[in-house]
Amino acid sequence: MTEKIYEGRVVTKSVPKKDALSLAMGKPMYTDDKDFQNLVHVKMLYSPHAHAIIQDLDTSEAEKLPGVLGVLTYKNSSQVLHTSAGQGFPEPSPYDTRLFNKKVKYVGDRVAAVAAETLKNAEAALKLIQVKYEILEPIFDHDQALGNDIVIHDEGDSKYIIPVFYDPKKNHASHIDAEVGDLEKGFTEADFIIEKTVRNHYGQHCPLEPHISIAYIDNYDRLVVRTATQVPFHARRILAQILEIPLSQIRVIKPRIGGGFGTKQEILTEPIVASFAWLLKRPVKFEFTRKEEFISARTRHPMTTWFKAGVKKDGTITAMDMKVTSNTGAFGSHALTVLSNTGSKTLPLYHCQNIRFVGDTVYTNLPVGGAYRGYGGTQASLAMEIVMDDLATEIGMDPANFRLMNHIKAGESSPIFKALGEGIEGVAQTVDSVGLTECINQGAEAIDWWNREKIKEKNSTDTVKRGFGLVCIMQGSSIPDIDMAAGYCKMNEDGTFNLLVGATDIGTGSDTILAQIFAEGLSLDASDVIVLSSDTDTTPFDKGAYASSTTYLTGQACVNLAIKVKDQLFDYTAMVLNVPKDELKIEAKAVIHQKSGKQMTFAEIGTKSYYSDYQTQIGAVASELSKKSPPPFTAHYAEIDVDIETGRVTVLKYVAAVDCGTPINPKLVVGQVEGALVNGLCYALSEQYIFNDKGKMMNPSFGNYKIMTTIDLPEIETIIVPTFEPSGPWGAKSIAEVNISGPMPVLSNAIFDATGVRITEPPYTPDRVLKAIQNHNK
Amino acid sequence: MSQILHVIINGTSKEIPIEPDELLLDVLRREGYKGVKRGCKEGTCGTCTILLNDKAVKSCILLAAQAKNCSIITIEGIGTRDNPHPIQQAFVDEGVVQCGFCIPGMILSAKNLLDNNPNPTKDEVKMALDGNLCRCTGYSGQIKAVLAAAPVMRGEK
Repeated sequence: MTEKIYEGRVVTKSVPKKDALSLAMGKPMYTDDKDFQNLVHVKMLYSPHAHAIIQDLDTSEAEKLPGVLGVLTYKNSSQVLHTSAGQGFPEPSPYDTRLFNKKVKYVGDRVAAVAAETLKNAEAALKLIQVKYEILEPIFDHDQALGNDIVIHDEGDSKYIIPVFYDPKKNHASHIDAEVGDLEKGFTEADFIIEKTVRNHYGQHCPLEPHISIAYIDNYDRLVVRTATQVPFHARRILAQILEIPLSQIRVIKPRIGGGFGTKQEILTEPIVASFAWLLKRPVKFEFTRKEEFISARTRHPMTTWFKAGVKKDGTITAMDMKVTSNTGAFGSHALTVLSNTGSKTLPLYHCQNIRFVGDTVYTNLPVGGAYRGYGGTQASLAMEIVMDDLATEIGMDPANFRLMNHIKAGESSPIFKALGEGIEGVAQTVDSVGLTECINQGAEAIDWWNREKIKEKNSTDTVKRGFGLVCIMQGSSIPDIDMAAGYCKMNEDGTFNLLVGATDIGTGSDTILAQIFAEGLSLDASDVIVLSSDTDTTPFDKGAYASSTTYLTGQACVNLAIKVKDQLFDYTAMVLNVPKDELKIEAKAVIHQKSGKQMTFAEIGTKSYYSDYQTQIGAVASELSKKSPPPFTAHYAEIDVDIETGRVTVLKYVAAVDCGTPINPKLVVGQVEGALVNGLCYALSEQYIFNDKGKMMNPSFGNYKIMTTIDLPEIETIIVPTFEPSGPWGAKSIAEVNISGPMPVLSNAIFDATGVRITEPPYTPDRVLKAIQNHNK
Repeated sequence: MSQILHVIINGTSKEIPIEPDELLLDVLRREGYKGVKRGCKEGTCGTCTILLNDKAVKSCILLAAQAKNCSIITIEGIGTRDNPHPIQQAFVDEGVVQCGFCIPGMILSAKNLLDNNPNPTKDEVKMALDGNLCRCTGYSGQIKAVLAAAPVMRGEK
């Protein structure tokens, strides 16, 4: 563990989130909260079939309906092949879709969009669109999709624009294999070998605000898109691509966003409103209903993960072999990169030199996968942490001690960092901050891990069994050597600063975090920093809110900004006061020359630089391209009861101990931890897509897709274990994603501990748990 | 518009032209009360929660006409920047406003509880917020915030 811990003036303090009071007052801050005159409304017609060719599409009756302004279909809309994934360029996802396709590939695929004066008009028009389908045999089982006779993308023109494997004729959306060390030798050296196959399920992000975009034409005839996006700059680029208009003609503005979690990285509603606005020269709105959010937005890639690992009696892990089949549904959004992250966000966690990772992503006729908090790490952690527990059990070592012994330590590396990148080769790195030992130890204390056998004995009955589970999880912080973030700042005459960042606050608090990081570098208060984020016309570029990168990457850009500005403040003060620059320092919002007792307050510098002395704008632009992706770490513990007569799993207490480097804003860290882990708990316990035999999701509502409410909560304890990450802003790493991946494996481990039954296919609903118990007892 | 709805919103008497089939949620938003959010439009997420005659209800499953002669409180009616409602202040202080989309509804559900039960238990707070989904925070902080606001509303802090 690193010894140095950073105690800041502004960072490490829970300053109030900049937008908190305004949001709590209900100020009109979201995409739909601004009124537009003559607003056009859009409704979408979706395919009722999982796999079909549109033979005939007649929109004439719909177009005749009063109030209808236009209908878009594959016949009259952009036919530019693209990906909706919302990634940097060149995208590591296949170009395999058009705005509308003649062949529909899942229930929920787009068929036609109607623009009308009112929603009612648009809804009525949908019913008048005549579609004749040639229904094709679908394929739903991702374990059967590879090389199946049924070919989903048989149009022949889909492709990647980067040189990676792709074979759509075999439904094969991506393939990765990587091997380091000597796997065979590793397994030969093992005293015990465990292998398990686990399957995770479909899940949806469920942001409380559904996808929504409003597009309009401004007074310069430019297209302005006000949209709930995580990636305003990628959205601008992809809109220019799809609409085939110059990028300079497009402005994307992100107002406040009602949650994203990955699904708002996808470019879904934007091209529809942009196309209509460009055609109609009127403001156009398209907002998903909750049902559309479930059936037509994005999901977590379901996977089958086979994992085999070998261990010596002394606890040394000798080999790890992981094979993954990922289901990307009808389109290959994030097909390659989620796959590579299943390996790269799990395999480096434990000491092992002999590792193989083989992954395949396949197309099926089910809803589309995409970016979702955890991004493959969630899926693979299920396999990894179940097998780690089983290895420990096999050699008679406590699971906590086994992990303490084997987890990666500060100063160490894993060959996987180099072998597995974002679908391509990665970047070698040592990990310089690892607080996992402390996380495991402090978490153990909080849940009373070492007394668990006594607690179990005391609290278990004939029918209700108490159990404990532990897992360790890692993630990354940004995508090294690929993603860039920038900031711009200017000094005002009162000594405050405007900070303009492309970074996208989707509710995470990044506006506040970045203000704190910048303020720390100039001895300002966070309240002296006025933040404007995510407007492609006014803020510098940022890759957007994904890959756990804003605090770490954009944060470092803000550190760089402060360094540049500090230099300017010294230059300016040295000139005005006629003192040597290298004798200056900043203290209490002033530049001070101690020897002479002279000083200039920031307000004096601001005013004089504007109006009287050596007039100039003090300000800077700075950016950052990360060289590495330091993992945050977490240890999760759960104490549960399993009712073996009903299969009901009750989580009694949940402990998350986290190492995110320097916690920039501890209260916001806790919010990220608990939000993620509760999301993970619902996914593990109750969330699921229930499909009928035609591939239609049967439960697209909050009534039937169960996410937790207040009354479902267990007692939750979050422990922050500060470390110092030398490459991060004031020692910070990321926190957003890592905690979503713990609940699924930790509950499997706890159920095993309680009942001796190993469940490898969540969600752990009573019926599934009961069935597993009954099968076990047979 | 085919009829006039008489209603008192945040203490102001209003005559609002409505259609007979319009939802109360849509009318309130049209009238500028944008703090009333639309998250599901099927009565399950709670982001459209308002107080109707001092009772927390979901405005997406009520017709506007059902609010005839009623008194409505929306989030816009309970506090100002200089003088926020104690629950608003507690949510800010506890750092539990993330994306913020669920917050107006949750605050109004909490107000409904504390107005009627000034000294609730943690379980009573949980029950009161049960109809307000939040995907960002994990709820614990919000429950804490409501419990922290209670003594302030009782005038003890």
